[in-house]
Amino acid sequence: MTRQPVVYTQELEMILGNSRVLENISMEVFPGDMVGIIGPNGAGKTTLLRLLLGLIRPTAGTVLVFGTRPEKLGKTMDEVGYMPQHPTFTDHFPLSAEDVVLMGTYTASTMGRRLPAEARQRAALSLERVGLLDRRGTPFHELSGGQRQRAFLARALCKEPRLLLLDEPNAGLDLPTQSRFFALLQELRLEKGITVLLVSHDLAVVARYASRLICINRTMHVHGSPADVLNSPQLEEAYRCEFDVLLNMKRG
Amino acid sequence: MEIFSYGFMQRAFLAVAMAGLLCSTLSFFVVLNRLSFMGAGISHAILGGIAIGVLLDINPLYTAGIFAVFIALAIGTLTRNGRMHPDTVIGVFFASGMALGVFLISLQEGYHPELFSLLFGNVLAVTAQDLWFLGGLKVLVLVFVIIFFKELLAISFDEELARANGLPVSVLYMGMLVSLALTVVVSVLVLGVVLAAALLVIPAATGHRLCTNYRSMLFLSLGVGLGSGFLGLGVSYRLDVPSGAAIVLCAALFFFLSQSGRSILGALGSPKGGREAPPGGERNGHEH
Repeated sequence: MTRQPVVYTQELEMILGNSRVLENISMEVFPGDMVGIIGPNGAGKTTLLRLLLGLIRPTAGTVLVFGTRPEKLGKTMDEVGYMPQHPTFTDHFPLSAEDVVLMGTYTASTMGRRLPAEARQRAALSLERVGLLDRRGTPFHELSGGQRQRAFLARALCKEPRLLLLDEPNAGLDLPTQSRFFALLQELRLEKGITVLLVSHDLAVVARYASRLICINRTMHVHGSPADVLNSPQLEEAYRCEFDVLLNMKRG
Repeated sequence: MEIFSYGFMQRAFLAVAMAGLLCSTLSFFVVLNRLSFMGAGISHAILGGIAIGVLLDINPLYTAGIFAVFIALAIGTLTRNGRMHPDTVIGVFFASGMALGVFLISLQEGYHPELFSLLFGNVLAVTAQDLWFLGGLKVLVLVFVIIFFKELLAISFDEELARANGLPVSVLYMGMLVSLALTVVVSVLVLGVVLAAALLVIPAATGHRLCTNYRSMLFLSLGVGLGSGFLGLGVSYRLDVPSGAAIVLCAALFFFLSQSGRSILGALGSPKGGREAPPGGERNGHEH
Protein backbone atom coordinates (compact mmCIF):
# COMPACT_ATOMS: atom_id res chain seq x y z
CA MET A 1 0.00 0.00 0.00
CA THR A 2 1.35 3.40 -0.96
CA ARG A 3 1.70 5.83 1.92
CA GLN A 4 0.24 9.23 1.23
CA PRO A 5 2.75 11.99 1.94
CA VAL A 6 1.81 14.52 4.62
CA VAL A 7 3.62 17.20 2.65
CA TYR A 8 4.09 17.12 -1.09
CA THR A 9 5.59 19.76 -3.34
CA GLN A 10 6.27 19.55 -7.05
CA GLU A 11 8.45 22.03 -8.93
CA LEU A 12 7.53 24.73 -6.50
CA GLU A 13 8.52 28.25 -7.46
CA MET A 14 8.13 31.48 -5.55
CA ILE A 15 8.92 34.97 -6.75
CA LEU A 16 8.74 37.79 -4.23
CA GLY A 17 9.01 41.24 -5.80
CA ASN A 18 11.74 40.95 -8.40
CA SER A 19 13.49 38.12 -6.63
CA ARG A 20 13.14 34.40 -7.35
CA VAL A 21 13.22 33.09 -3.79
CA LEU A 22 12.51 29.43 -4.54
CA GLU A 23 12.52 27.33 -7.67
CA ASN A 24 12.18 23.70 -8.57
CA ILE A 25 11.48 22.46 -5.03
CA SER A 26 10.05 18.93 -5.15
CA MET A 27 9.79 16.90 -1.99
CA GLU A 28 7.69 14.44 -0.06
CA VAL A 29 7.41 14.15 3.72
CA PHE A 30 5.78 11.02 5.07
CA PRO A 31 3.92 10.37 8.35
CA GLY A 32 6.29 10.12 11.31
CA ASP A 33 9.23 11.67 9.45
CA MET A 34 11.38 14.27 11.11
CA VAL A 35 12.73 16.29 8.25
CA GLY A 36 15.24 19.08 8.63
CA ILE A 37 15.22 21.83 6.01
CA ILE A 38 18.71 23.26 6.06
CA GLY A 39 20.43 25.99 4.12
CA PRO A 40 22.27 29.26 4.63
CA ASN A 41 20.60 32.53 5.62
CA GLY A 42 18.29 33.82 2.91
CA ALA A 43 18.00 30.39 1.28
CA GLY A 44 14.19 30.54 1.25
CA LYS A 45 13.59 28.14 4.15
CA THR A 46 11.03 30.29 5.94
CA THR A 47 9.33 31.08 2.61
CA LEU A 48 8.97 27.33 2.05
CA LEU A 49 7.28 26.93 5.44
CA ARG A 50 4.97 29.87 4.73
CA LEU A 51 4.00 28.22 1.44
CA LEU A 52 3.17 25.00 3.29
CA LEU A 53 1.02 26.98 5.72
CA GLY A 54 -0.87 28.71 2.91
CA LEU A 55 0.27 32.13 4.14
CA ILE A 56 1.55 32.85 0.62
CA ARG A 57 0.67 31.24 -2.70
CA PRO A 58 3.33 29.78 -4.97
CA THR A 59 4.09 31.50 -8.25
CA ALA A 60 4.22 28.08 -9.93
CA GLY A 61 4.18 24.42 -8.99
CA THR A 62 2.16 22.35 -6.58
CA VAL A 63 2.04 22.28 -2.81
CA LEU A 64 -0.17 19.84 -0.94
CA VAL A 65 -0.55 19.27 2.80
CA PHE A 66 -2.56 16.19 3.77
CA GLY A 67 -3.32 15.89 0.05
CA THR A 68 -4.97 19.33 -0.16
CA ARG A 69 -3.80 22.82 -1.14
CA PRO A 70 -2.99 24.58 2.18
CA GLU A 71 -5.43 27.46 1.62
CA LYS A 72 -8.22 24.90 1.13
CA LEU A 73 -7.44 22.90 4.26
CA GLY A 74 -10.18 24.55 6.35
CA LYS A 75 -10.65 22.73 9.65
CA THR A 76 -7.87 20.29 8.78
CA MET A 77 -5.52 23.25 9.34
CA ASP A 78 -6.19 22.62 13.04
CA GLU A 79 -4.03 19.51 12.62
CA VAL A 80 -1.02 21.62 11.68
CA GLY A 81 1.01 23.06 14.57
CA TYR A 82 3.27 25.99 13.75
CA MET A 83 6.10 27.58 15.66
CA PRO A 84 7.11 30.81 13.87
CA GLN A 85 10.59 32.25 13.99
CA HIS A 86 11.20 35.22 16.29
CA PRO A 87 7.66 36.30 17.02
CA THR A 88 7.86 40.05 17.61
CA PHE A 89 5.66 41.28 20.42
CA THR A 90 5.51 44.27 22.69
CA ASP A 91 7.97 43.98 25.53
CA HIS A 92 6.24 43.08 28.79
CA PHE A 93 3.19 41.69 27.03
CA PRO A 94 0.90 40.79 29.94
CA LEU A 95 0.36 37.09 29.26
CA SER A 96 1.16 34.06 31.37
CA ALA A 97 2.83 30.97 29.87
CA GLU A 98 -0.58 29.28 29.89
CA ASP A 99 -2.23 32.22 28.08
CA VAL A 100 0.40 31.94 25.33
CA VAL A 101 -0.10 28.19 25.00
CA LEU A 102 -3.88 28.61 24.83
CA MET A 103 -3.42 30.90 21.84
CA GLY A 104 -2.52 27.81 19.86
CA THR A 105 -6.21 26.91 19.98
CA TYR A 106 -7.44 30.30 18.71
CA THR A 107 -8.30 29.17 15.21
CA ALA A 108 -10.92 30.03 12.61
CA SER A 109 -13.18 27.31 14.06
CA THR A 110 -13.15 28.85 17.57
CA MET A 111 -13.43 32.45 16.38
CA GLY A 112 -15.94 34.55 18.29
CA ARG A 113 -16.69 31.65 20.65
CA ARG A 114 -15.74 30.89 24.22
CA LEU A 115 -12.96 28.37 24.44
CA PRO A 116 -14.20 24.93 25.44
CA ALA A 117 -13.07 23.68 28.86
CA GLU A 118 -11.04 20.95 27.20
CA ALA A 119 -8.81 23.63 25.63
CA ARG A 120 -7.44 24.41 29.10
CA GLN A 121 -6.90 20.71 29.71
CA ARG A 122 -5.01 20.42 26.44
CA ALA A 123 -2.95 23.49 27.34
CA ALA A 124 -2.09 21.90 30.69
CA LEU A 125 -1.13 18.64 28.98
CA SER A 126 1.04 20.50 26.46
CA LEU A 127 2.76 22.44 29.23
CA GLU A 128 3.35 19.20 31.11
CA ARG A 129 4.74 17.62 27.95
CA VAL A 130 7.36 20.36 27.60
CA GLY A 131 8.07 20.41 31.33
CA LEU A 132 6.57 23.81 32.04
CA LEU A 133 3.42 22.91 33.95
CA ASP A 134 4.84 24.37 37.15
CA ARG A 135 5.45 27.66 35.29
CA ARG A 136 1.96 27.91 33.79
CA GLY A 137 1.11 31.07 35.71
CA THR A 138 4.50 32.71 35.20
CA PRO A 139 4.43 35.91 33.12
CA PHE A 140 5.70 34.97 29.69
CA HIS A 141 8.31 37.74 29.64
CA GLU A 142 9.85 36.29 32.79
CA LEU A 143 10.61 32.96 31.13
CA SER A 144 14.14 32.30 29.90
CA GLY A 145 14.88 31.90 26.19
CA GLY A 146 14.72 28.11 26.40
CA GLN A 147 11.51 28.16 28.37
CA ARG A 148 9.93 30.49 25.85
CA GLN A 149 10.84 28.16 23.01
CA ARG A 150 9.33 25.26 24.93
CA ALA A 151 6.21 27.35 25.61
CA PHE A 152 5.96 28.07 21.87
CA LEU A 153 6.31 24.35 21.19
CA ALA A 154 3.54 23.67 23.73
CA ARG A 155 1.43 26.28 21.92
CA ALA A 156 1.93 24.39 18.66
CA LEU A 157 1.13 21.07 20.41
CA CYS A 158 -2.02 22.45 22.03
CA LYS A 159 -3.97 21.79 18.81
CA GLU A 160 -2.88 18.13 19.01
CA PRO A 161 -1.42 18.38 15.52
CA ARG A 162 -0.44 15.59 13.17
CA LEU A 163 2.11 17.86 11.48
CA LEU A 164 4.49 20.23 13.24
CA LEU A 165 6.19 23.01 11.28
CA LEU A 166 8.99 24.62 13.25
CA ASP A 167 10.96 27.64 12.08
CA GLU A 168 14.43 27.88 13.66
CA PRO A 169 13.23 26.34 16.94
CA ASN A 170 16.77 26.17 18.34
CA ALA A 171 17.60 29.82 17.69
CA GLY A 172 19.12 31.45 20.75
CA LEU A 173 19.30 28.21 22.76
CA ASP A 174 22.46 26.93 24.37
CA LEU A 175 23.61 23.39 23.53
CA PRO A 176 22.16 21.49 26.52
CA THR A 177 18.81 23.22 25.99
CA GLN A 178 18.93 22.38 22.29
CA SER A 179 19.55 18.72 23.13
CA ARG A 180 16.60 18.59 25.52
CA PHE A 181 14.42 20.39 22.98
CA PHE A 182 15.22 17.97 20.17
CA ALA A 183 14.93 14.96 22.46
CA LEU A 184 11.42 16.14 23.23
CA LEU A 185 10.64 16.39 19.51
CA GLN A 186 11.92 12.83 19.06
CA GLU A 187 9.63 11.61 21.83
CA LEU A 188 6.63 13.30 20.23
CA ARG A 189 7.47 11.80 16.90
CA LEU A 190 7.96 8.28 18.22
CA GLU A 191 5.09 8.22 20.74
CA LYS A 192 2.45 10.21 18.88
CA GLY A 193 3.56 9.63 15.31
CA ILE A 194 3.69 13.39 14.71
CA THR A 195 5.40 14.41 11.48
CA VAL A 196 7.97 17.12 12.13
CA LEU A 197 9.34 19.47 9.53
CA LEU A 198 11.83 21.91 10.94
CA VAL A 199 13.82 24.69 9.41
CA SER A 200 17.27 25.49 10.71
CA HIS A 201 20.54 26.94 9.58
CA ASP A 202 22.29 24.83 12.23
CA LEU A 203 23.63 21.80 10.37
CA ALA A 204 25.14 19.99 13.31
CA VAL A 205 22.12 19.90 15.57
CA VAL A 206 19.57 19.12 12.88
CA ALA A 207 21.71 16.37 11.35
CA ARG A 208 21.88 14.69 14.74
CA TYR A 209 18.12 14.44 15.20
CA ALA A 210 16.42 14.51 11.80
CA SER A 211 15.58 11.31 9.93
CA ARG A 212 16.06 13.15 6.62
CA LEU A 213 17.66 16.38 5.52
CA ILE A 214 16.72 18.62 2.66
CA CYS A 215 19.28 21.25 1.77
CA ILE A 216 18.03 24.27 -0.14
CA ASN A 217 19.49 27.52 -1.28
CA ARG A 218 16.81 28.95 -3.54
CA THR A 219 16.67 25.61 -5.30
CA MET A 220 16.97 22.12 -3.85
CA HIS A 221 20.62 21.06 -3.73
CA VAL A 222 20.57 17.71 -2.00
CA HIS A 223 18.25 15.56 0.09
CA GLY A 224 18.46 12.21 1.81
CA SER A 225 19.65 10.73 5.09
CA PRO A 226 21.75 13.03 7.29
CA ALA A 227 24.89 10.98 6.50
CA ASP A 228 24.30 11.19 2.75
CA VAL A 229 23.59 14.91 2.82
CA LEU A 230 26.51 15.78 5.07
CA ASN A 231 28.91 13.89 2.83
CA SER A 232 27.53 15.32 -0.37
CA PRO A 233 29.63 17.82 -2.38
CA GLN A 234 26.42 19.70 -3.18
CA LEU A 235 26.33 20.85 0.43
CA GLU A 236 29.38 23.06 -0.21
CA GLU A 237 27.68 24.42 -3.28
CA ALA A 238 24.52 25.23 -1.33
CA TYR A 239 26.35 26.94 1.50
CA ARG A 240 28.88 28.51 -0.87
CA CYS A 241 31.72 27.86 1.54
CA GLU A 242 34.64 25.48 1.87
CA PHE A 243 34.31 22.00 3.22
CA ASP A 244 36.43 22.67 6.34
CA VAL A 245 34.10 25.49 7.36
CA LEU A 246 31.14 23.18 6.90
CA LEU A 247 32.95 20.49 8.84
CA ASN A 248 33.04 22.79 11.86
CA MET A 249 29.35 23.43 11.42
CA LYS A 250 28.70 19.70 11.21
CA ARG A 251 30.61 19.12 14.41
CA GLY A 252 28.76 21.98 16.11
CA MET B 1 -25.01 66.01 45.99
CA GLU B 2 -25.63 69.39 44.46
CA ILE B 3 -23.50 68.53 41.46
CA PHE B 4 -26.04 65.94 40.26
CA SER B 5 -29.01 68.27 40.56
CA TYR B 6 -28.26 69.88 37.21
CA GLY B 7 -29.34 68.18 34.01
CA PHE B 8 -26.16 69.21 32.17
CA MET B 9 -24.02 67.65 34.91
CA GLN B 10 -25.99 64.41 34.77
CA ARG B 11 -25.43 64.28 31.02
CA ALA B 12 -21.76 65.16 31.51
CA PHE B 13 -21.25 62.28 33.96
CA LEU B 14 -23.01 59.90 31.62
CA ALA B 15 -20.83 61.04 28.71
CA VAL B 16 -17.66 60.73 30.80
CA ALA B 17 -18.69 57.26 31.97
CA MET B 18 -19.24 56.11 28.39
CA ALA B 19 -16.05 57.72 27.10
CA GLY B 20 -14.02 56.40 30.05
CA LEU B 21 -15.28 52.86 29.57
CA LEU B 22 -14.74 52.86 25.83
CA CYS B 23 -11.39 54.68 25.76
CA SER B 24 -9.90 52.47 28.47
CA THR B 25 -10.97 49.32 26.67
CA LEU B 26 -9.47 50.48 23.38
CA SER B 27 -6.39 51.89 25.11
CA PHE B 28 -5.59 48.30 26.12
CA PHE B 29 -5.12 47.42 22.44
CA VAL B 30 -3.58 50.81 21.57
CA VAL B 31 -0.75 50.25 24.07
CA LEU B 32 -0.20 46.58 23.22
CA ASN B 33 -0.12 47.32 19.47
CA ARG B 34 1.84 50.59 19.80
CA LEU B 35 -0.94 52.56 18.14
CA SER B 36 -0.63 55.74 20.24
CA PHE B 37 0.34 57.87 17.27
CA MET B 38 -2.58 56.38 15.32
CA GLY B 39 -4.98 57.65 18.02
CA ALA B 40 -3.37 61.11 18.00
CA GLY B 41 -3.37 61.19 14.21
CA ILE B 42 -7.04 60.26 13.81
CA SER B 43 -8.19 62.59 16.58
CA HIS B 44 -6.48 65.57 14.95
CA ALA B 45 -7.32 64.63 11.38
CA ILE B 46 -11.06 64.50 12.10
CA LEU B 47 -11.05 68.27 12.34
CA GLY B 48 -11.66 67.99 8.61
CA GLY B 49 -14.77 65.87 9.27
CA ILE B 50 -16.01 68.28 11.91
CA ALA B 51 -15.59 71.20 9.49
CA ILE B 52 -17.56 69.34 6.81
CA GLY B 53 -20.43 68.94 9.30
CA VAL B 54 -20.36 72.64 10.12
CA LEU B 55 -20.23 73.50 6.41
CA LEU B 56 -23.19 71.25 5.58
CA ASP B 57 -25.06 72.30 8.73
CA ILE B 58 -25.40 68.78 10.12
CA ASN B 59 -24.22 67.48 13.49
CA PRO B 60 -20.39 67.60 13.18
CA LEU B 61 -20.15 64.44 15.32
CA TYR B 62 -21.76 62.42 12.53
CA THR B 63 -19.44 63.70 9.84
CA ALA B 64 -16.48 63.36 12.21
CA GLY B 65 -17.43 59.71 12.76
CA ILE B 66 -17.60 58.95 9.05
CA PHE B 67 -14.38 60.86 8.39
CA ALA B 68 -12.57 59.06 11.24
CA VAL B 69 -13.59 55.64 9.92
CA PHE B 70 -12.45 56.62 6.42
CA ILE B 71 -9.07 57.80 7.74
CA ALA B 72 -8.59 54.66 9.84
CA LEU B 73 -9.33 52.40 6.87
CA ALA B 74 -7.07 54.46 4.60
CA ILE B 75 -4.19 54.32 7.07
CA GLY B 76 -4.74 50.59 7.59
CA THR B 77 -4.83 49.89 3.85
CA LEU B 78 -1.70 51.89 3.12
CA THR B 79 0.32 50.44 5.98
CA ARG B 80 -0.66 46.75 5.83
CA ASN B 81 1.86 44.46 4.17
CA GLY B 82 4.60 46.98 4.95
CA ARG B 83 3.85 49.09 1.90
CA MET B 84 4.46 52.30 3.85
CA HIS B 85 5.61 52.94 7.39
CA PRO B 86 2.66 53.72 9.70
CA ASP B 87 4.38 56.82 11.14
CA THR B 88 4.67 58.33 7.67
CA VAL B 89 1.08 57.62 6.64
CA ILE B 90 -0.36 58.80 9.96
CA GLY B 91 1.77 61.96 9.74
CA VAL B 92 0.34 62.72 6.31
CA PHE B 93 -3.31 62.20 7.39
CA PHE B 94 -2.72 64.04 10.68
CA ALA B 95 -1.56 67.18 8.85
CA SER B 96 -3.85 67.05 5.83
CA GLY B 97 -6.99 66.37 7.91
CA MET B 98 -6.25 69.37 10.13
CA ALA B 99 -5.41 71.50 7.09
CA LEU B 100 -8.74 70.55 5.49
CA GLY B 101 -10.49 71.51 8.72
CA VAL B 102 -8.79 74.90 8.96
CA PHE B 103 -9.41 75.52 5.25
CA LEU B 104 -13.14 74.73 5.44
CA ILE B 105 -13.64 76.58 8.72
CA SER B 106 -12.04 79.70 7.25
CA LEU B 107 -14.65 79.60 4.48
CA GLN B 108 -17.43 79.82 7.06
CA GLU B 109 -19.07 83.03 8.03
CA GLY B 110 -20.33 83.78 11.50
CA TYR B 111 -19.56 82.28 14.89
CA HIS B 112 -19.79 78.52 15.49
CA PRO B 113 -19.63 77.75 19.21
CA GLU B 114 -19.95 73.96 18.63
CA LEU B 115 -16.67 74.12 16.74
CA PHE B 116 -14.80 75.38 19.78
CA SER B 117 -16.52 72.81 22.00
CA LEU B 118 -15.23 70.04 19.76
CA LEU B 119 -11.77 71.59 19.46
CA PHE B 120 -11.15 71.96 23.17
CA GLY B 121 -13.87 69.72 24.62
CA ASN B 122 -16.89 70.85 26.56
CA VAL B 123 -18.58 67.93 28.18
CA LEU B 124 -20.98 70.28 29.95
CA ALA B 125 -22.51 71.14 26.57
CA VAL B 126 -23.35 67.52 25.73
CA THR B 127 -26.95 67.17 24.59
CA ALA B 128 -29.31 64.24 24.99
CA GLN B 129 -28.96 63.61 21.24
CA ASP B 130 -25.16 63.42 21.64
CA LEU B 131 -25.61 60.89 24.43
CA TRP B 132 -27.71 58.63 22.23
CA PHE B 133 -25.07 58.87 19.52
CA LEU B 134 -22.31 58.07 22.03
CA GLY B 135 -24.34 55.17 23.40
CA GLY B 136 -24.79 53.74 19.91
CA LEU B 137 -21.07 53.93 19.16
CA LYS B 138 -20.23 52.45 22.55
CA VAL B 139 -22.48 49.45 22.00
CA LEU B 140 -21.11 48.92 18.50
CA VAL B 141 -17.46 49.01 19.57
CA LEU B 142 -17.90 47.02 22.78
CA VAL B 143 -19.87 44.26 21.05
CA PHE B 144 -17.05 43.89 18.49
CA VAL B 145 -14.33 43.90 21.16
CA ILE B 146 -16.14 41.49 23.48
CA ILE B 147 -16.98 38.98 20.74
CA PHE B 148 -13.50 39.00 19.22
CA PHE B 149 -11.43 39.79 22.32
CA LYS B 150 -9.31 36.66 22.25
CA GLU B 151 -8.66 36.97 18.52
CA LEU B 152 -7.67 40.65 18.91
CA LEU B 153 -5.34 39.62 21.71
CA ALA B 154 -3.89 36.87 19.51
CA ILE B 155 -3.13 39.20 16.57
CA SER B 156 -1.63 41.72 18.99
CA PHE B 157 0.77 39.08 20.33
CA ASP B 158 1.71 37.00 17.31
CA GLU B 159 0.15 37.97 14.00
CA GLU B 160 2.01 35.30 12.03
CA LEU B 161 0.63 32.45 14.14
CA ALA B 162 -2.87 33.97 14.09
CA ARG B 163 -2.73 34.04 10.30
CA ALA B 164 -1.39 30.46 10.15
CA ASN B 165 -4.26 29.37 12.42
CA GLY B 166 -6.71 30.68 9.83
CA LEU B 167 -7.81 33.86 11.60
CA PRO B 168 -8.78 36.71 9.22
CA VAL B 169 -6.00 38.93 10.55
CA SER B 170 -6.49 41.84 8.15
CA VAL B 171 -10.24 42.00 8.80
CA LEU B 172 -9.71 41.88 12.56
CA TYR B 173 -6.98 44.55 12.35
CA MET B 174 -9.21 46.82 10.27
CA GLY B 175 -12.03 46.19 12.76
CA MET B 176 -9.70 47.27 15.54
CA LEU B 177 -8.80 50.45 13.64
CA VAL B 178 -12.47 51.28 12.95
CA SER B 179 -13.23 50.71 16.66
CA LEU B 180 -10.36 53.04 17.49
CA ALA B 181 -11.70 55.67 15.06
CA LEU B 182 -15.21 55.51 16.59
CA THR B 183 -13.74 55.71 20.08
CA VAL B 184 -11.77 58.81 19.06
CA VAL B 185 -15.09 60.46 18.13
CA VAL B 186 -16.46 59.68 21.60
CA SER B 187 -13.28 61.02 23.15
CA VAL B 188 -13.41 64.20 21.05
CA LEU B 189 -16.85 65.02 22.41
CA VAL B 190 -15.57 64.83 25.98
CA LEU B 191 -11.97 66.02 25.67
CA GLY B 192 -11.86 67.86 22.36
CA VAL B 193 -9.69 67.30 19.30
CA VAL B 194 -6.59 68.58 21.06
CA LEU B 195 -6.71 66.17 24.02
CA ALA B 196 -8.75 63.26 22.65
CA ALA B 197 -5.81 60.89 22.22
CA ALA B 198 -4.87 61.11 25.91
CA LEU B 199 -7.56 58.73 27.14
CA LEU B 200 -6.62 56.30 24.39
CA VAL B 201 -3.15 55.86 25.84
CA ILE B 202 -2.87 56.80 29.50
CA PRO B 203 -5.32 54.31 31.09
CA ALA B 204 -3.64 51.20 29.68
CA ALA B 205 -0.15 52.72 29.90
CA THR B 206 -0.75 53.05 33.66
CA GLY B 207 -1.41 49.35 34.02
CA HIS B 208 0.98 48.04 31.38
CA ARG B 209 4.12 47.75 33.46
CA LEU B 210 2.33 47.14 36.73
CA CYS B 211 0.29 44.14 35.66
CA THR B 212 1.56 40.75 34.71
CA ASN B 213 -1.64 39.49 33.15
CA TYR B 214 -3.97 41.06 30.64
CA ARG B 215 -7.07 40.73 32.78
CA SER B 216 -5.65 42.89 35.58
CA MET B 217 -4.23 45.33 33.02
CA LEU B 218 -7.66 45.69 31.43
CA PHE B 219 -9.40 46.21 34.79
CA LEU B 220 -6.80 48.72 35.96
CA SER B 221 -7.16 50.53 32.64
CA LEU B 222 -10.94 50.70 33.15
CA GLY B 223 -10.42 51.96 36.70
CA VAL B 224 -8.05 54.72 35.55
CA GLY B 225 -10.29 55.71 32.63
CA LEU B 226 -13.46 55.96 34.71
CA GLY B 227 -11.69 57.28 37.85
CA SER B 228 -9.89 60.08 36.05
CA GLY B 229 -13.08 60.95 34.14
CA PHE B 230 -15.20 61.37 37.26
CA LEU B 231 -12.43 62.97 39.31
CA GLY B 232 -11.59 65.38 36.48
CA LEU B 233 -15.22 66.34 36.06
CA GLY B 234 -15.52 67.01 39.80
CA VAL B 235 -12.35 69.13 39.74
CA SER B 236 -13.61 70.99 36.69
CA TYR B 237 -16.90 71.76 38.46
CA ARG B 238 -15.25 72.89 41.70
CA LEU B 239 -12.45 75.00 40.20
CA ASP B 240 -14.33 76.14 37.10
CA VAL B 241 -11.64 74.92 34.72
CA PRO B 242 -12.10 73.14 31.35
CA SER B 243 -13.22 69.56 31.95
CA GLY B 244 -11.02 68.02 29.22
CA ALA B 245 -7.82 69.36 30.71
CA ALA B 246 -8.87 68.37 34.24
CA ILE B 247 -9.67 64.78 33.15
CA VAL B 248 -6.39 64.35 31.26
CA LEU B 249 -4.38 65.78 34.18
CA CYS B 250 -6.09 63.34 36.57
CA ALA B 251 -5.27 60.43 34.24
CA ALA B 252 -1.66 61.64 33.99
CA LEU B 253 -1.53 61.83 37.78
CA PHE B 254 -2.60 58.17 37.99
CA PHE B 255 0.09 57.30 35.43
CA PHE B 256 2.91 59.07 37.26
CA LEU B 257 1.78 57.70 40.62
CA SER B 258 1.80 54.19 39.19
CA GLN B 259 5.29 54.65 37.78
CA SER B 260 6.56 56.04 41.08
CA GLY B 261 4.92 53.17 42.93
CA ARG B 262 6.56 50.73 40.56
CA SER B 263 9.97 52.30 41.05
CA ILE B 264 9.56 52.21 44.84
CA LEU B 265 8.46 48.59 44.73
CA GLY B 266 11.39 47.85 42.43
CA ALA B 267 13.82 49.48 44.84
CA LEU B 268 12.37 47.44 47.69
CA GLY B 269 12.99 44.32 45.65
CA SER B 270 9.36 43.35 45.25
CA PRO B 271 8.78 40.96 42.36
CA LYS B 272 5.99 43.28 41.19
CA GLY B 273 8.34 46.20 40.86
CA GLY B 274 11.38 45.95 38.73
CA ARG B 275 10.39 43.20 36.35
CA GLU B 276 12.38 43.35 33.19
CA ALA B 277 13.09 41.05 30.31
CA PRO B 278 15.69 38.37 31.02
CA PRO B 279 19.29 39.51 30.65
CA GLY B 280 20.46 39.59 27.08
CA GLY B 281 17.14 40.68 25.63
CA GLU B 282 13.88 39.05 24.84
CA ARG B 283 15.17 35.90 23.28
CA ASN B 284 18.58 35.32 24.71
CA GLY B 285 17.84 34.29 28.24
CA HIS B 286 19.27 31.07 29.58
CA GLU B 287 17.44 27.99 30.62
CA HIS B 288 16.47 28.08 34.28
